[in-house]
Amino acid sequence: MPATSPTDSDSGTSVNGSKGRPLAGAPAGRGGGSDAAGLGRRRAAGFVAPAMLLIIAFLLFPALWTVYLGLTDYQLTGFAAANPQVVGLDNYDRALSDDRFSNSLVLTLQFVLGSAVLGQAVLGFAIAWLMRNRVGALRRTVEALVLLAWILPSSVITFLWIALLDRDGGTLNALLNTPGTAWLLEYPMASIIVFNIWKGAAFSMMLYAAALGNVPPSHLETARLAGAGTFQQLRDVVFPRIKGHVLTNLLLISLWTFNDFTPFLLTAGGPENRTEIMPVFIYRIALESGELGFGAAISVLMLLINLVIALVYMRLLRQRKEASA
Amino acid sequence: MTPPPAHSPDHAPGAVPTASDAAPVAVAAAPAGPPPDAEHRRREAQRAAGRAGARKAVAGIGFYTFVSLVLAFFSLPLLWLAVAPFDANPGLSASLPEFTLQNFRVLWDNPYAMRSLGNSVILAGGTGLLVVAFAALAAYALSRVRLPGRDMLLYVLLLLSSIVTGTAAMVPLFNLATELRLIDSQLGVILVLSGGLLPSAIFILKDFMDGTPRSYEESARVFGASPFQIMRDIVVPVVRPGLATIGVWSVAQVWGNFLIPFLLLRSPDQYPAAVVMYTFYTEGGQANLALISTFSLLYSVPVILMFLFVSSRYGFRFHGGIKR
Repeated sequence: MPATSPTDSDSGTSVNGSKGRPLAGAPAGRGGGSDAAGLGRRRAAGFVAPAMLLIIAFLLFPALWTVYLGLTDYQLTGFAAANPQVVGLDNYDRALSDDRFSNSLVLTLQFVLGSAVLGQAVLGFAIAWLMRNRVGALRRTVEALVLLAWILPSSVITFLWIALLDRDGGTLNALLNTPGTAWLLEYPMASIIVFNIWKGAAFSMMLYAAALGNVPPSHLETARLAGAGTFQQLRDVVFPRIKGHVLTNLLLISLWTFNDFTPFLLTAGGPENRTEIMPVFIYRIALESGELGFGAAISVLMLLINLVIALVYMRLLRQRKEASA
Repeated sequence: MTPPPAHSPDHAPGAVPTASDAAPVAVAAAPAGPPPDAEHRRREAQRAAGRAGARKAVAGIGFYTFVSLVLAFFSLPLLWLAVAPFDANPGLSASLPEFTLQNFRVLWDNPYAMRSLGNSVILAGGTGLLVVAFAALAAYALSRVRLPGRDMLLYVLLLLSSIVTGTAAMVPLFNLATELRLIDSQLGVILVLSGGLLPSAIFILKDFMDGTPRSYEESARVFGASPFQIMRDIVVPVVRPGLATIGVWSVAQVWGNFLIPFLLLRSPDQYPAAVVMYTFYTEGGQANLALISTFSLLYSVPVILMFLFVSSRYGFRFHGGIKR
């Protein structure tokens, strides 16, 4: 469940994945209706039940409980732990007037825009675009390295980055000849942004590589012969065809980055809360300060922001679908 | 909200140019100007060819510069993982090691290190099995029988699972585990992780199931096989690549997960590798680099092997719904 990791992709891409272009030879309809094995509704429900039970217990129920807890003054310890009171919207009042909350919100937006929307998507696309016609060792090496950053466990890669950025013995300082620069203290936000670009670019690279496979080479060739530069080719030939993939990609990496807890392992929110993005903020409020009710209220706000992000992208996707229909 | 998109078959529609396909090409700038005579046109073409050559050279330089930068950016942090475990005296900078295997021996003697790898195997394996089994049953039923509200349900769950991935629901998950006495229990971690992974797993598997032909199931039914037999003897073998994908995906997710075990487990001998890494300190309170780097390598090897296996077997590419 860490936001970005191997083949999260598949789940996500399916969101938009198929646009249901009717094809000869495609299975009839969407697979519904033809009950070939004679399951019947009741037995089908039985097949679905175990999975639904787990999903309801450990996904839906916690989500609803979060909403309820956000209305109480529930604490990890002390009097309010045994006897939480419903305090209505007090937690939300407090959050919205809390400087630390708005600070965290701004940081999260910086983190998402900088590392996901600009960083991962642009870098991933650039690699996919430049490698599109290549075969052989160079392409395999580049792809393997980018993928390696993505598939290694997050605990491992955070240590790799701690080693890279260390003040005294770090590789980066040795390389840049800047001894004594404490990157994680002096440029904490930039550090976690670059870190997250490094960690997650693989997903965008693979998605765009697949998407570029859908752009007929003959069209690019025609455009090139007509004198179109790279920028014009991208704007006029490529982007109109992969717009759906771009939106899906941005939706998924935004959500994943928004909910990513990994930077906590690098900076623990510091120094002076300068990298206290939303998941870290909730963790510190709820489990370090023990204010479970307040933490839950912020969780709800975070869910709402997530939902807004998702709905904006969905709307863009649908508009696009209607426009092309 | 729209219902989830229709399934599309694995084969891409291919390059079947249609009228609308050709349209955008026309945009590509043709030089505007007075109606050109033949001479003018020839000169124009020459100049364009010269420009193209220069552009090509610049593009070549740009390409290799960019690729070198990308290679450097992505390999630099990894260097340390490659050299430090074999270094007799590892620091934080990647340098030529004084070669030794001593670090592996130290690790082998550390009581928590090896056990935590075992714990990771238990958590990842347990979750993988649970997710594959439950997702297969559910995906099959949802693929073959139209239950009311099916599409909406799948879609909402998928959205929810990408949103409520642990961090936002941290507090209630912790409470729930406390109430169910699942704190400090590996079963608790397995159940919580499975609940989070199942929606996506069902979604991916349903795509696979939709793409398989029904005729085998129909003939088996004619010969009197029960739905469960059909599932076991026909459906499972046919969708095995899908099941493998889901299995590998779940294992990779759990293998790297830090937050849930960190939240729910209390005693150090239950910790998986992801959590134990943060407990390696020397007596002086310094991070024990020899132990950490060596452990990182051991901890990474299974995912790398799994990745190599999957990519050689199935190709580590998007498939299923991605193409269109």
